[in-house]
Parts: sequence; structure tokens; C-alpha cells
Amino acid sequence: MTDIFWLIPFVPALSTLILAVFGRKLPKKYVSYQACLAVFISFAISVISLIGLLQTSQESYPLVKNLFSWINSGSFQVNLSLQLDPLSAIMALVVSGVGFIIHVYSVGYMADDEGYTRYFTYLNLFTFAMLILVMASNIVLMFVGWEGVGLCSYLLIGFWFEKHSAANAGKKAFIVNRVGDAAFLLGILFIFVHIGSGEFTAINSAVSGGAITQGLATLIAILLFVGATGKSAQIPLYVWLPDAMEGPTPVSALIHAATMVTAGVYMVSRMNLLYTFSGTAALIVAIVGAVTAIYAATMALTQNDIKRVLAYSTISQIGYMFIGCGVGAYAAGMFHLYTHAFFKSLLFLCAGSVMHALSGEADMKKMGGLRKYLPLTYPAFLIGAIAIAGIPFFSGFFSKDAILTQAFAQGQYFIWALGIMGAVLTAFYMFRLIFLIFHGEERIEPEAKKHIHESPRVMTIPLVILAFFSVVAGYIGLPVVFGKKLNWFRSFLEPVIKEGHEAHISLGTEWILILISVGVAFLGIIIAWVFYIKAPRIPQRLATRFPFIYKLLFNKYYVDEIYNAVFVNSTIKGSEIIYDKFDLKVIDGTVNGTASAAGFSGKILSYLHSGLIKDYALIFLLGLIIFLGYLLIF
Amino acid sequence: MGHFLFFLLAIICFGSVLGMIISKNQAYNALLLILAFASLGGLFGLLDAPFIAVVQIIIYAGAIMVLFIFVIMMVNVRYGIPPEKKKWTLYLSLGLAVVLVIELILSLKGAFSLPGSAALDKTSPADLGRVLFTEYLYPFEITSILIIAALVGAIVLVKKREKE
Amino acid sequence: MIPVSYFLVLSILLFVMGTIAFLIKRDLITMFMAVEVMLNAANLAFIALAKSANSIDGQIIVFFIITVAAAEATVGLAIILLIFRQKKTIKSEDIKLMKG
Repeated sequence: MTDIFWLIPFVPALSTLILAVFGRKLPKKYVSYQACLAVFISFAISVISLIGLLQTSQESYPLVKNLFSWINSGSFQVNLSLQLDPLSAIMALVVSGVGFIIHVYSVGYMADDEGYTRYFTYLNLFTFAMLILVMASNIVLMFVGWEGVGLCSYLLIGFWFEKHSAANAGKKAFIVNRVGDAAFLLGILFIFVHIGSGEFTAINSAVSGGAITQGLATLIAILLFVGATGKSAQIPLYVWLPDAMEGPTPVSALIHAATMVTAGVYMVSRMNLLYTFSGTAALIVAIVGAVTAIYAATMALTQNDIKRVLAYSTISQIGYMFIGCGVGAYAAGMFHLYTHAFFKSLLFLCAGSVMHALSGEADMKKMGGLRKYLPLTYPAFLIGAIAIAGIPFFSGFFSKDAILTQAFAQGQYFIWALGIMGAVLTAFYMFRLIFLIFHGEERIEPEAKKHIHESPRVMTIPLVILAFFSVVAGYIGLPVVFGKKLNWFRSFLEPVIKEGHEAHISLGTEWILILISVGVAFLGIIIAWVFYIKAPRIPQRLATRFPFIYKLLFNKYYVDEIYNAVFVNSTIKGSEIIYDKFDLKVIDGTVNGTASAAGFSGKILSYLHSGLIKDYALIFLLGLIIFLGYLLIF
Repeated sequence: MGHFLFFLLAIICFGSVLGMIISKNQAYNALLLILAFASLGGLFGLLDAPFIAVVQIIIYAGAIMVLFIFVIMMVNVRYGIPPEKKKWTLYLSLGLAVVLVIELILSLKGAFSLPGSAALDKTSPADLGRVLFTEYLYPFEITSILIIAALVGAIVLVKKREKE
Repeated sequence: MIPVSYFLVLSILLFVMGTIAFLIKRDLITMFMAVEVMLNAANLAFIALAKSANSIDGQIIVFFIITVAAAEATVGLAIILLIFRQKKTIKSEDIKLMKG
């Protein structure tokens, strides 16, 4: 059953190849079928592999399949080998499952677009790269997938490349990611130098066997985490994610909500032994995650573009996942990753549905009262919002609660407090979205209002599926309060993430914590209701009362401007100077100089060819004299 | 006696070559050269090479130089050649020539100890012929072909094209 | 007996003077004559060394040299005649096609 797991990444790869080579000549309908089918087959194989995995004994984890020896240079060996264990199985399921749903949604969303085939080629390529990333058995191959998804992110963000803002957003994403990747590469180098192999099994045994010092482990962990901040959009390398909303909405759903941005969390969980061994690094992960969670939530409060709000929300939620990993509750972090994939992509696809209904409008100031026009989208959106806010019995509640409880249990009260504040803000801004879009007075443009319509079935059915999972997905990870052994998710991941690092707290404390987090969620919803339904002038008054704070939040703390001035402009200036002083003068000078030297010496030497016999005779004589002299001396 | 003869002939030879360099008239040059060759023939005789001495005078001084004189008369340059404009080539050539002399003389250092041997035992034409037609037969025959080639070549080269 | 070195020195002097003459003179015929002088200087050296080495081979070589020089003079003079017919001059500087 598990023998074919290595095929999971390669089915989309084959599809990509076919679409890339023959895409232009294939009819649209065929392209849609092939692309979606490829991902579905991956999903099916993932399911089969999962079942097979459950049936094999835990001693043989992870199941590794070495496809071929890629780099073989002395002591530096890297193989193209994939592994199947609980962690990679979960990720593969999420990637291929949510990916399949979004592929289907895209068939409807991108139906009128000229670059339809190109879109699906890139999307399949992305699926391939992401699956390589999660199934790699060594860190170099993971990095290959890491870079691959970065590339696809660039291609898909800048999908409508004729639009300047889109092209720039793609560039920004790629370059910011690159900064993180540089640190990641350094981490890989350190791993190879001190541990000798990039295989995760080797790294784990090196860490548990004490082969590396704590300081070294901390260094490696931090370097890898910097890479993760780039890929998963945490402080300081998050700036590309809001801009990435220039891409098509399904892309935002798949890449910038469910899968690519979670690669960092996956990586940290994969290296959990390393992070736990180096306590400092784990603490840094948790702190960065907590600060980012609050920070991004504050920026989401004032944005008017639906997708921007959701983007900041993603940054914030991933912060939560890192909190989970940082305090040692890697399973909780992964659990939130898994539930977040469902409700965040649901929210994005719903946003896409709203934009589709309004012929592309994304500004919430021009929406309102859409409840009656979008009978399917509204409930789906609502379910997603409830899930993310952490209301009980929806999936988000279970995962967020697991993280916060563990944070508290580990004694990280400050982080827990930040998490709770973030929960209030999360509930608030999500319901602000709901109220502004679907309730209240209508502010729709008349032109858009003429064409308002609910989305076609190919777009709404994915919404229904995702909504369903947003509700039920949490039930496989019930917290201890409901029953000792009901956290199936946690025990499933146990072979990969060793038990024992999670603290235990009394049942009573845990109930109190649950009540607090539920309470703050409702608090946030009520405040949003007050602000936007009961007394809609309050936000306006607050903005005028505290213009400084409002401006700061609305302009994203001016971080983009700061980065631009400090890093971007200085780099541009520096390269201009180098171009002037070095490239033009030295390099061109050398090349041109060589040519003119050749010409010059040729001119001088041409005097030897005067055509006169006497000159030739003179040269003969000279040569004779030199030759005789040589003979005389030696 | 031998020394005196040697120096006499040497000075005549050297002097006529020097005269050839100095003189600007081609006819004078040719005549001076005949004198030089004649003295050289004498020197050959001094060196126990009678056959070669006679051959030198007959062929070199007699035939080749006469050929030269014929051509000089045919070319019939009336006016002299104006002096050289670029003087530095002159000085350069002289300088290089001096260097050459020095080098060549330096290369002679082994020769100062060579024996000036007694008279050669076999120098008659008969001896020469014997060696020529046995050991050096092959070069001899080739040389004859060479002469024929030169002859034919010279005639073909100079022949005036007949107007068709 | 006259030492061989005297003859060799004379040969060297003649050779160098022939070289000087070749480099200084500007009319073709005299230049050609200088070449003949050089050949003769070599002949002298050969004969002198033949006597010193007590071998008749030196004289044989001189025999051949004289023969070849004759042939060469023939052809060379024929060419000079042709050049004169074409360019009406025997100045060596006029015989050049190069422009540089």
C-alpha cells in the first residue's frame, strides 16, 4: 500500500510537463480535466499511503524511497529520496486535497482569462514543488522544493504581468524570499559541515546523540528559521505577502494561505528535535510568532481591501502556528496549520466569489448588504469567519485552543497573553469583514450592481466542501478535557514529534483557559457588531480622535517605506555606482583596451612589413646576430 | 715569401671590396669585383687548391662577372642614384655589422690552435675528379640538372613575347 | 706556414663587408654583387679549413658552391633585367607593393 507513495509529487510533474510543451494546442476543457485529475490522483495516492502507513509498525518510520543518487561528490552526498511518515503524510494530504479543490474552483474563476493554460501549468508546477518539499527526506531536496514554490509564487503573483503592480509584487516576493533563503542555505551548510549528511534521520540522530553543541544547534536553528520567516511571512520578512494579493484569488488561497506559507511551520516541525535541543531557538520562534500574530492583526483592523485583510490574517495565524512550535507543542502548531488550510482557503475563495459577483471589486467601502445577493457565499464566508475566530465546535477553536493552552502550560504567560489579545483582534476584524460586506447599507457601484450574480456551481461546490471541513476537521484533535485519548492527531504525530515535551496542567486550569479564549472571541464579535451595525459612526470618530494611530495602522507602520529607503534604495544606489566606476571603466576598459592594444601593436609591427628588401635583410642580420650570440654564450 | 704573398693578396682583395662599397658606379664595382675574385683565386692557390683556384678565375671572374657587365650595359643607367634619405638605417646597418664581426671573431677562438698543416697530399685535378665521381656522384648529377634548369629558366624569363 | 686563422679572419672580414655592401647599396646589381662576395668569403673559409683538416672534401664543396652560384647569378640577372624592363629602374626602394 505504501509502495507507491513516491509517485505523489510526480503525477502533477508529468501534467506540468505535458501542459508546458503542448499547452498551446490543447483545448481549454482538456486542460482543466488534466490539471485537476493530476492533483486528484496525487490526493488519492496520499490517502492510500496514509492507510498503508497506519498499518505499518511505527519502528519502520520513516519509510524512505531513494530514487537516485543526485550529488555524489566525496563526502557530500545528496540523494533524490522521498520519505513517508505521519508528518509528511498529513502535509501531502493537505496540499493535494486543498490543492485539488482549488484547482476545481479555478476552472470557474479563470474561465475568461487568456492565460488559462499558463495558469494551470504554473499551478501544477507549484503542486509538484510543494509535494517535493513536504516529502523530501533530506534538507537539500526540501530546499529544492522550497525554491520551487518560491518560483511558482513569483510566476503566479505576477500572473497578470502587464499590470505594473502585479509584476512588482512578484519581484518583491521573490527577492524578499531570497533573503530568507540565503540564511536557509547557510543553515544547510552548517548542517553538512558538522553533521555530514542532510538526511533528516541523520540530523535527528546527531542531535539526540549529542554530536553537536547547543550553541551550534541554536545557530543552525536560527538560520533555518530566518528562511522560514521569509517563506512563511513573519517579522521581518513578511512584507511580500500583502502585495502578493495582486495575483488571482485562487492563487492567494492555495499558495498564500494553505500551503506555501506553511512550509516554514512544516520545516520547524520536521526539525523539532533540533529546536527543542536548542532552547533559545525555540523561544525565539515563539516570540517572533507571538509578536507577528499581534502585529499583523493590528494592521488587519483598518484595511479596506478584502484580500489585504485576509493576507494580514494569514500572517497573524501563521504566527500562532509558530507559537505552538516554539513552546514545544509542535503537534498543536501542525494541527492549526491543518485546520487553517481549510478555513483560510475557504475565506479566500469566498472573497473571490464576492469579487467575481461584483465584477472584480475588492474595496469593502463599495460593498455592503450583499447578503441577499449571494445566498451560498454568505453562509460559507460566515462559517469560515466563525472557525477562524475560535468559536467552539468549529475547527479553529480546537487548534487555536491547543496552542494557547500549551503556551500557558509551558509557563510562557506573556506569549499566552499576546495570543489572547490576538484572538480578540482576530474575531473583531473577521466580523468587521462580514458586517461590512454582507450587512448594513448597500454602497455598491451601480455599474457593478447591474451584473451582480452568485458564482457558478464549479466555484460554489468547492466552497461547500471547504466549509464542511472547516467545521469537522477539528474533531480529530480533541483536547484532553473531553477525554484522555481523543487527541488522535497528536498521537498520530507521535513517532515524529516525541511526547514528553508537552507539559501537563490540571483539568481545572485547562477549562478556565478554554473559557477565557472563547470569551475573548465573543468579545471581539460583539465589539465588531457594535462598531459596524449598531453605531456605524464609531469607527469614523475613533479615526478622527486618534489620527496618528489610525494613520500608523492604515499605512502598515510604514514598514514598506522604511525597507525601501534603507535596503532597496541603497542597493540601487550602490549598484549604480558600481556600474559607473567598475563596470564601465574597468571591465569595459579592459576589454576595449585589449582590443586597442592589439590594434596598436599591429600598427607598430606593420612597419616591419615595409616591402623593401633592405629592411628584410636587416632583420635577417639581426636574427643571425642574436642566434650567433646565443650559440656563443651557451 | 708565403706570408708576404698572403698579405699582398689579402690587401688587394680587401681593398677592392672596400672600393666596391665606396664607389657608386656599377661598372667600376664590377671591375673591382673582378680584381677581388682574382686575388681570391690567388689565395686559393696559396692554400694548395690549384684546381679550385683556376676554376675560380675562369668561372667567377671570367664568366659570372662578364655576365654582370653585360647586364650593366644593357640596363644602362645614365644618372646616379640620389643619396639615401633615411640615414639611420645606414648607421644601424654599420653598427650591426660591427657586432657581427665581433661575434664571428669570438667564435673563432677554437681555431687559433688549429694546425696550419703541411702541404696536402692529394690536390691534383685527378684526385679531385676521383672523389667527385665516386663519393659525390649524386650531388654532381643533381647540380648538372640545376644548371640546365637555370639556363632554361633564364632564357624563358627574358624572352620577349611575340606579338600575335 | 701561414696559420689557418689568418685566412678565417680574412673570410670573416670579407663576409661582413659583403653584408655591409648589401645593406648600404641601393641599386640591385651592386646588391647582387655583394651576395657574390659573401659566397666567396664562405669559399675561402672552406678551402682554408680543408687544408687544415687535410681533407679534400672542402674543395669539393667549393666546387659545388661555385657551380650553384653561377646558376643563381644567371637567373638573378635575368630577373633584374625583367624588373628593369617593367619599372625602368634598378633602385631597390621602387620595388615594393606594400603601402605601410
